Amino acid sequence: MVLEVQGLYKSFSGEPVLQDVSFNLNQGEILAILGRSGAGKTTILRCINNLTKCDRGTIKVDDMYLCREENGATVYANPSTMLKIRKNLGMVFQNFNLFPHMSVVQNIVEAPINVFGMPKQKAHEKAAELLEMLGLSDKADSYPFELSGGQKQRVAIARACALNPKIMCMDEPTSALDPELREGIASIIENLAKDGMGILIITHDMNFAKRVATRIIFLDDGKVIQESSKEEFFESMDNERIRRFVAM
Amino acid sequence: MVDYILRILPALLAGLDTTLSVFFLTLVLSIPLGVLVALGRLSNIKPLVEIMKFYIWVMRGTPLLLQIVVIFFGLPIVGITFDRYPAAIIAFVLNYAAYFGEIFRGGIESIDKGQYDAAKVLGFTPIKTYQRIILPQMIKIVLPSVANEVITLIKDTALVYVVGLGELLRAGKIASNRDASLVPLLLVGIIYLALTAILTTAFQKLEDRYSYYQ
Repeated sequence: MVLEVQGLYKSFSGEPVLQDVSFNLNQGEILAILGRSGAGKTTILRCINNLTKCDRGTIKVDDMYLCREENGATVYANPSTMLKIRKNLGMVFQNFNLFPHMSVVQNIVEAPINVFGMPKQKAHEKAAELLEMLGLSDKADSYPFELSGGQKQRVAIARACALNPKIMCMDEPTSALDPELREGIASIIENLAKDGMGILIITHDMNFAKRVATRIIFLDDGKVIQESSKEEFFESMDNERIRRFVAM
Repeated sequence: MVDYILRILPALLAGLDTTLSVFFLTLVLSIPLGVLVALGRLSNIKPLVEIMKFYIWVMRGTPLLLQIVVIFFGLPIVGITFDRYPAAIIAFVLNYAAYFGEIFRGGIESIDKGQYDAAKVLGFTPIKTYQRIILPQMIKIVLPSVANEVITLIKDTALVYVVGLGELLRAGKIASNRDASLVPLLLVGIIYLALTAILTTAFQKLEDRYSYYQ
């Protein structure tokens, strides 16, 4: 198991957003968290990436606790553990958040070199390899504003992969893509999973989840309504809310 | 005429010397200080924010001339004495740092919050985030406003006359009074224009250098 989330609670100004959310992510697995907007999907990703502090709960990344319950209080990892956790967590934001003042290759090597102290040459070799894999070799020296949405997304994936994370989180990966680009991103995700990465996708795109996920969690009002394999999920539909969501 | 200009030019150039030294020293000191003011103003430390707000209010809310006078003539009353030149520089730096601080704050605040998120998930510390991500992007955003301030500064330097420092405009005025001629003042105007032309070109070059991204 590369990621373990247990009993996660989060509320914003008294309004509960996540209520007792628990799930696991295994190596090589593609887990999609489905739900309509406002269901709390993005908050889960923000908690896992420590961009938002949860109120209560346990998050374990590859045997390291990001946060856990201790005597009724939620205790967060110390900075050095946090950095190790970050190394194992890749995150692709919905709008990518590339650094506009850096070229594509600089975006990718910046953290490995300046945060994790990787030798320059090694970082650049890794970046070249990733760009090659993602079909972006000719864009290495371009700047983000010169790229299309799909290209930016691939740069964001390359940047998130630069430290060989064990987990990749993706927030709404299809929202900025034309329908014909979805197949491309689906196969990129599948390839990453094949290499052993655990992939966590947040989406409200039913068809994309159907295409790429191996397991599906359905979230509504901050609660996990159903967790099942993809096949089960689309066959059973025994929950009224899921039926309504799928019918949309 | 040419003879006359050549005769008064040494005095004007001596004044220019003071003008330029006040200008450069103020810039070199007030820009870094302005960054600190902006960071203090944007920090989570409540008392620091309030102090910065008060400081900015006072510096922007009173004439620079008055601030120079207070530092040179007023502070000795409470036992703090500065020479003319340091007094002028302190007043200029404090005043300009407040303006630069507000310009930088605006620049920093206009940067997308997603940049902080991206830096955080990549392991950047807050200091590294500012160093590598935020401040480099801020520079591009604030350049036009900074150019404006800098051009204002070159003319504001004339205010140091109040503590008895002889700068360019004062040198021109002395020659003008003595010779009952407008030529020295016109000459001073031409020198200011030339300086502004140089600054405008320099800032244009800087803006061009930062136009590699959008």
